[in-house]
Amino acid sequence: MTDEPLLRVSALSKFYGSRVGCDNVSFDLWPGEVLAVVGESGSGKTTLLNCLSTRLMPSSGTASYRMRDGQFRELYRMSEAERRFLMRTDWGFVHQNPADGLRMTVSAGANVGERLMAVGDRHYGKIRATAVDWLSRVEIDEDRIDDEPRAFSGGMRQRLQIARNLVTGPRLVFMDEPTGGLDVSVQARLLDLLRGLVTDLGLAAIVVTHDLAVARLLSQRMMVMKDGRVVESGLTDRVLDDPRAPYTQLLVSSILQV
Amino acid sequence: MTDIATYNFAYLDEQTKRMIRRAILKGIAIPGYQVPFASREMPMPYGWGTGGVQVTASIIGPDDVLKVIDQGADDTTNAVSIRAFFKKVANVAVTTDTASATIIQTRHRIPEHPLTAGQVLVYQVPIPEPLRFLEPRETETRKMHALEEYGLMHVKLYEDIAKHGRIATTYAYPVKVEGRYVMDPSPTPKFDNPKMHRSPALQLFGAGREKRIYAVPPFTAVVSLDFEDHPFEVQTFDQPCALCAAENVYLDEVILDDHGGHMFVCSDTDHCEKRRADGHRGHLAPETHLASETHPASETMEPAQ
Repeated sequence: MTDEPLLRVSALSKFYGSRVGCDNVSFDLWPGEVLAVVGESGSGKTTLLNCLSTRLMPSSGTASYRMRDGQFRELYRMSEAERRFLMRTDWGFVHQNPADGLRMTVSAGANVGERLMAVGDRHYGKIRATAVDWLSRVEIDEDRIDDEPRAFSGGMRQRLQIARNLVTGPRLVFMDEPTGGLDVSVQARLLDLLRGLVTDLGLAAIVVTHDLAVARLLSQRMMVMKDGRVVESGLTDRVLDDPRAPYTQLLVSSILQV
Repeated sequence: MTDIATYNFAYLDEQTKRMIRRAILKGIAIPGYQVPFASREMPMPYGWGTGGVQVTASIIGPDDVLKVIDQGADDTTNAVSIRAFFKKVANVAVTTDTASATIIQTRHRIPEHPLTAGQVLVYQVPIPEPLRFLEPRETETRKMHALEEYGLMHVKLYEDIAKHGRIATTYAYPVKVEGRYVMDPSPTPKFDNPKMHRSPALQLFGAGREKRIYAVPPFTAVVSLDFEDHPFEVQTFDQPCALCAAENVYLDEVILDDHGGHMFVCSDTDHCEKRRADGHRGHLAPETHLASETHPASETMEPAQ
């Protein structure tokens, strides 16, 4: 692993008029590291994620990303063409609702193959073979390759979305509540799968979640947000086992015990 | 009504023609790029060629010879009425002969007779946006054109192969113009796509309802999209034209009776008649020698002027 971070974020703020989306957020993300961003709804997690993934322009602050050539590039100064290219090659974005991240009217195979075709792959046989490979990696039967995601269950859709994002071998994946809306057994399998993929591929990921269990399972490091500000950050186990900020203590003690 | 003085030449007012000519010039300067224009109400419904008619009206002059075809035929309702329209409002010569026409307005075919330099082919386009059924947001498709993000176009072709084992798109087959813009060649059969490549004629596309004009200048590269292992192919027919025995032309199926009888004949009626006048005979051609009496729908033909 290199001694340089993959993503450097400094003093990132986003205001919606006079309202705060996120305020003065700074952190570094290293290659292969999974960072969880937790907090209650409205705490600015998704705003932060959208700013980082350049889907939203921040009001102030900078974020620079280490490109494959080793050079840091300032994200908000890149042209839209470059940003969109980054989005579909070196990055992935897993939406909470798979319908936002999938093309619901084209087959599963085409959903996985779209990124390959977008970067210039023009060989049907190879695209299809890659799609088959990725479907099996996310535990979708090969014979579902020509079905539309509309015919898939929620868990399958989410797994398909993950395959679609990972097919170009990204180095950084953004996830917005990847297990939201799934029942617990499906959630557990998806988390297991994600954990395996992240480790195997050495992905760096930023996972936004309100579920502390998800954060504990997936991430090495976490940031706790409240009212747009980061109230605590550190190693996941440390933050969850020994929360220091009063809000984190409240959050940890609010987990339902069954 | 016979008094043509009640119309401005070619129906449209001069300001409108100027505006459309500007759009056409811009379209020619950026091959394949869809130029928005202020499409006017025409005395015909959308979908009947209002875009093509406006383009033709803007470029036609008193010395032009106009040919209008609809699915290759000179004698169908749309073709006959548009030809009559320009005869009336521009008093121009009209013809059915591809070679002697200077402007050919077409709905969904390119004539079989090779076009030459100086001719203009005007297409009537219903949906100019090739990405429309893949990405419904116009803001997004324009951005995709601007940034040359055309991966989605191949997703459609991928879907075809996955579902049908081959690229099943047979018309409105997407093309890339001069290595840059992906363009919908209007719903012409893909059989005609190779004719667009480096054509000596100027090709103009008008979409009236969608308010877009685009163009392919003469001798411009027009390449049909495909996969390396599923290359672009045109339709082939396993029998020649039943009337003129022409091969390697685009054929229409014509139903003959209620008992499943049918024949395949040239979609290009002008081409078919010329061949029959030259003595070519298909297996269903009647024994008469007057071409104008043998074509199934040629009673309404107007003589060339």
